[in-house]
Amino acid sequence: MILDSHKLIAASGESGDRVQFTEYVQKNVALYQFRNGIPLTTAAAANFTRGELATALRKNPYFVNILLAGYDKETGPSLFYIDYIATLHKVDKGAFGYGSYFSLAMMDRHYKSGMTVEEAIDLVDKCIMEIRSRLVVAPPNFVIKIVDKDGAREYAWRESVKDAAVPSA
Amino acid sequence: MSRRYDSRTTIFSPEGRLYQVEYAMEAIGNAGSAIGILSKDGVVLVGEKKVTSKLLQTSTSTEKMYKIDDHVACAVAGIMSDANILINTARVQAQRYTYAYQEPMPVEQLVQSLCDTKQGYTQFGGLRPFGVSFLFAGWDKNYGFQLYMSDPSGNYSGWKAAAIGANNQAAQSMLKQDYKDDITREEAVQLALKVLSKTMDSTSLTSEKLELAEVFLTPSGNVKYQVCSPDSLSKLLVKFGVTQPATEAS
Repeated sequence: MILDSHKLIAASGESGDRVQFTEYVQKNVALYQFRNGIPLTTAAAANFTRGELATALRKNPYFVNILLAGYDKETGPSLFYIDYIATLHKVDKGAFGYGSYFSLAMMDRHYKSGMTVEEAIDLVDKCIMEIRSRLVVAPPNFVIKIVDKDGAREYAWRESVKDAAVPSA
Repeated sequence: MSRRYDSRTTIFSPEGRLYQVEYAMEAIGNAGSAIGILSKDGVVLVGEKKVTSKLLQTSTSTEKMYKIDDHVACAVAGIMSDANILINTARVQAQRYTYAYQEPMPVEQLVQSLCDTKQGYTQFGGLRPFGVSFLFAGWDKNYGFQLYMSDPSGNYSGWKAAAIGANNQAAQSMLKQDYKDDITREEAVQLALKVLSKTMDSTSLTSEKLELAEVFLTPSGNVKYQVCSPDSLSKLLVKFGVTQPATEAS
């Protein structure tokens, strides 16, 4: 989901918590921007998210794992790994869920620092292929989103099951 | 009942004024003054020490300058006991922000949060508003060096050069006349000392009656708050020729 103009958040976990929590973070990031006229940096947003997960952890934990990506003018692109027990890590690559075993292996093998966006998309496709061929409960559809200096946007879908065409009324 | 609109802070007078707030600003006019100047490579704060006695033991070297966080400092004019409360809340706010976001609090946000506290006392009442004006000097990654002035009503604004405390109007108009854009930090120190020497009641400036603090960036890019020692301040006063009022140019 798009967090703000230059931030993306990817979440896995319990579906209710996932929607609730990511919307909560998204709205708080927007509130910050309204109040202060400047956007949060990606690192600040990640730390905020972690803090919220950490306070919730001892009360009523959200079961969500988060990958937070963003682009800042000063620091450039960055990616943060945040899991449901409020671990925060700045990483080059990350994955959650059953598919993570395969995709992390693929990324360990093929990731190089200083890759271009095209190479990264290539690697993502490799991961998707690996999940599709080896994971029994592989989901049919994937969406690829990109955040760079031009902002956060949806890039492409990798669908194996299309929605059935509904005849227009 | 001439005291009707004086006694409570939260009540407007029929002319639409808040007397207690105005009185608080009046109180600051009696306090030792402070001047802040923004330069291209830093912010300079100078203050006039009102109470100096050989018998007085002070625990800190400064009585008007306070470091709020690594990147923000402030100068105070007004009631010091009130100021201590506000400085404490400012420090707490700055640390809370760092705890939440793991990065330093933007200067304007810090000023704003403190002014919200001040404003609260003009509306919800306590017994009286805070009798304090602040000059905030700071640096953040979005807007670089900044200088803010705040008053007891809870208003704040950004300035290139500002004065608070006794004779602040005179100082302000001198600053207006002599301030140039793209001033260096050293020139700013010189200007601040000159203005203060002319607006202070006492005839000669000495390092005991003055405080000088600067916020600037070190060559490695870190923000530094530095208080000038009495010795080097004396040397500066001689260097800029403000110790003897007679030798002053202009």
